[in-house]
Amino acid sequence: MLAYDFMRMAFAASACVAVLAGPVGWFLVLRGQSFAGHALSHIAFAGAAGAALLGISPLAGLLGAAVLAGGAMGLTGRDTGERDVAIGMVLSLAMGFGVLFLHLMPRPAVTATALLFGNVLGVSGGMLVSLAGAAVAGLVALGVLSRPLLFASLQPELAEARGVSLRLVSTLFLMLVGAATAECAQITGVLLVFTLMVGPGAAAQRLGLAPLAGIGCATVLALGEAWGGLALSWWTDWPVSFWIAVLSVAAFLLAGLRRL
Amino acid sequence: MERESAVACHDVTLRLGDRTVLSDISLSVAEGSFVGLFGPNGAGKTTFLRALLRLVKPVSGDITLFGQPVARGNPAIGYMPQSRTPSGAMLTGRDLLASGLSGAKWGLPWVSRAGMAEIDAALEGVDAVALGRRRLGALSGGERQRLLIAQALLGSPRLLLLDEPLASLDPARMREVALLLRDVARRLGMTVICSAHDINPLIGVMDTVLCLARGRARIGPVDEIVTEPVLSELYGVPVEVCHAPSGRVLVSADGL
Repeated sequence: MLAYDFMRMAFAASACVAVLAGPVGWFLVLRGQSFAGHALSHIAFAGAAGAALLGISPLAGLLGAAVLAGGAMGLTGRDTGERDVAIGMVLSLAMGFGVLFLHLMPRPAVTATALLFGNVLGVSGGMLVSLAGAAVAGLVALGVLSRPLLFASLQPELAEARGVSLRLVSTLFLMLVGAATAECAQITGVLLVFTLMVGPGAAAQRLGLAPLAGIGCATVLALGEAWGGLALSWWTDWPVSFWIAVLSVAAFLLAGLRRL
Repeated sequence: MERESAVACHDVTLRLGDRTVLSDISLSVAEGSFVGLFGPNGAGKTTFLRALLRLVKPVSGDITLFGQPVARGNPAIGYMPQSRTPSGAMLTGRDLLASGLSGAKWGLPWVSRAGMAEIDAALEGVDAVALGRRRLGALSGGERQRLLIAQALLGSPRLLLLDEPLASLDPARMREVALLLRDVARRLGMTVICSAHDINPLIGVMDTVLCLARGRARIGPVDEIVTEPVLSELYGVPVEVCHAPSGRVLVSADGL
């Protein structure tokens, strides 16, 4: 299957995405912010649809909208109770706009399917460069941020007392979540971002590994699920996103068996 | 010779939102003392501790710790916040302590061998080595408090601020944790300020009592403050202080 250029591209692209989505997802699950990640994917959808309408690259729209929205989410307080409602409202509005943008487009169905369910087999050389660039930038940022982020996630009051700015850490992290979401959306589509972001992170958390080992495990799982999905899709001719979703849930369930 | 003041407040007014919590309080805490911090709900116990950490800025007045003005991230302070259910139930106690070790610095959460040795020493200090290997989600309330005390001891602080370390423990555990705190503080020569709702478990542990109520503060030796007139006035309800034959002092009130 690696004889084909588009398959080699797909493997390379999903590797770029998985190495960012795994670690970011591990923190997302630890912080209990999966819902925020979900919302960012919907906002990214609106951004991508808007970009497509304007004739800009949808990937730029995905990244731009998700990173900006992540930053905005981080800056507006940290009371989760009220925030979930606010996030839900913004999410619905973003989806609404996404639908409007699609409606205004000449061939909405093709764009919509690619955005909602991913289009990993259509990755071009230019896109691969952008995906790799975003992954490297994201990993460097996470590398710098991870120590205070871990501290602030586990013990916010103490971290604050020791001089960690909770708002800064939270804002930078949500921007990273935005970037990872946009990357994932390229592979799995916005509707299945969870499979590569939350799935591997949640499975790794269930294994009860120490933080660095857990982050490594989430990365390996994300990569394995993305590549496994591609391979299975090649053999069965069923969609890649379907197989990634199945593998993601299977890994999560298997990780849970360990405790029985 | 008079001992240096660990904490000194001069005409400090603290405000939370638009509510004045403490107004114009002046007090000093001698180095090496064990202070029990009491007061009705909302009296400003947590706000006072947060002011010592510079997480709350006084509206007026100034606070010094060991002669230095208060600053964020002061390494001389060990802090145990009021406990909430922590996230990361699948992580171990050692992971929790490791996350706080120079956790304010940028970079990867990598812990050096020396750091691990420091964590082991802190766990050993509160007899919690076994807890360090267990998952946070599987710990009981008392075990978790013990772990958080170990965390507060990291970095050998001179001043320990404990916010309700005895909350939600049964009476036996309360006493056990209180005695543990006393022993650790004595051994390491630390000054401790420990807030609590119940005075009894800290009798024989603390040597100084700091009461906050209705915007005012009153500090003094235990015998002076833990008396019926003083406590009744502070809490605004009749308080009974009984001296048990065992030498223990029991404090009771309708409103306490």
